[in-house]
Amino acid sequence: MFEYEFMREAFIASTFIAITAGIVGVFVVSRNMSFLSHTLSEIGFAGAAFGILVGISPLAGMILFTLISSIAVGSLSTESSRREASISAISSLFIGLGILFLSLSSESSSYATNILFGSIVGISAKEVTQLMFLAIFVIVVFIISYKPLTFDSFDHIGAQASGLNTRLLSVVFLITLALSVSIGAQIVGSLLVFVLLTLPGATARYLVHSVPKLLMISVGLSLAGVWLGLYLAFVTNWPVTFFISAFEVIAYFLGLSYKNWKLSH
Amino acid sequence: MIEVKNLTKSFGKQVVFKDINFKIADGEFVSIVGRNGAGKTTLVKILMGLEKKTSGEIVMGHKNQIGYVPQFRNIDLDYPLNIEQFMRLNLKFTLNPQKRRHDSEEVERILQQTNLSEIRDRPLGLASGGEKQKAYLAQALVNRPEILILDESTASLDVDVKIQLMDLVSELNKKHGLTVLFITHDSELTKRYTKRALLFENKSVESIDVNQIAEDMFE
Repeated sequence: MFEYEFMREAFIASTFIAITAGIVGVFVVSRNMSFLSHTLSEIGFAGAAFGILVGISPLAGMILFTLISSIAVGSLSTESSRREASISAISSLFIGLGILFLSLSSESSSYATNILFGSIVGISAKEVTQLMFLAIFVIVVFIISYKPLTFDSFDHIGAQASGLNTRLLSVVFLITLALSVSIGAQIVGSLLVFVLLTLPGATARYLVHSVPKLLMISVGLSLAGVWLGLYLAFVTNWPVTFFISAFEVIAYFLGLSYKNWKLSH
Repeated sequence: MIEVKNLTKSFGKQVVFKDINFKIADGEFVSIVGRNGAGKTTLVKILMGLEKKTSGEIVMGHKNQIGYVPQFRNIDLDYPLNIEQFMRLNLKFTLNPQKRRHDSEEVERILQQTNLSEIRDRPLGLASGGEKQKAYLAQALVNRPEILILDESTASLDVDVKIQLMDLVSELNKKHGLTVLFITHDSELTKRYTKRALLFENKSVESIDVNQIAEDMFE
């Protein structure tokens, strides 16, 4: 399949996306932000539609919208119950806005399908470079803030007590989450990008018990999902997103069963 | 030493405490008692720099070296890290192999001291209440604190587990000269382990002998 340029590009882009999503996912799950990452992907859809409407790229529109909203969320009340209600209110508004932007722009509906459900043929060489650059940026931020971010994500109270600036860490994390949603959506689509951002990280928790191992398993599952998805999509001509989400969901339930089996033995 | 002079804290118009004064000597094991809402935890948060004081002065040796062991933490059944990894969260990042070895030795020593060596690989989410509290204590100790604050750490534990934990803290206090602030509603434990208590009452603080403590000071 690598004789086709679009497949090579999709493969490179997916690899970077999977590594980023696998890393970020471990922290999304331990910070209880699965729901927020879902909402951010809907906001990203509106952003992409906005990008098309005003003539900037969908990726730029997505980054713009997700960055602004993640910073807004960071400055909202930290009381989580209140946050959930306001997040779901905001998410409905953004889906509505996305539909409005798309209908106002003259692009065809197939474009909307690509944004929502992802596509392996839509990526150009220039976009691959952009994605790589953004993914590397996210990974570097994680390497730099690894120790304090790990402490805060796996033991918020302890991190506060030890004098870490947890507020700053939260903002840094939300920015990287926004970027990850935006780049991940390019292949998986904004409707299902949270699959890559939550399921591999959640599955890893059932299998291993240290942060480096969680990261390895999560990145591994994420990579396996997109590579297998790309291959099967190429062979069958079915949507790549279907294969990726099916793989990650099956892995998740296998992980859960493994944990329950281990508990009963 | 911790010296608090004319410390006042209020949230808007609500005064938590006003012009409180006390001293805690190095190596002292002191109880902090009073009703719920009397300002015990607020004081701790101010000492740790998590909450701003309204006015007054706090003099402390090394502000950063406080170990804090709260009653509750967000550890559910699915919490993935094992006990040793949970402790290691509190280690500073270093690439220096000598420091890494030293950190590992320290972790090893604390695991022994807290009787957690044998269950170090157990996911914290699956540990019992007593084991969790020990792990919280062990994590706080990893950072070599000079002051240890136990914030209701023994509440919700069985009596024998309470005694185990407090014996351990008492040993740390005697052997290593760790200053301990013990926030509690348990008058038995205050009398058994400490001589002096700071009583939070009527927006002020009074230093009393633990034998003067009556049950109605807590409820």
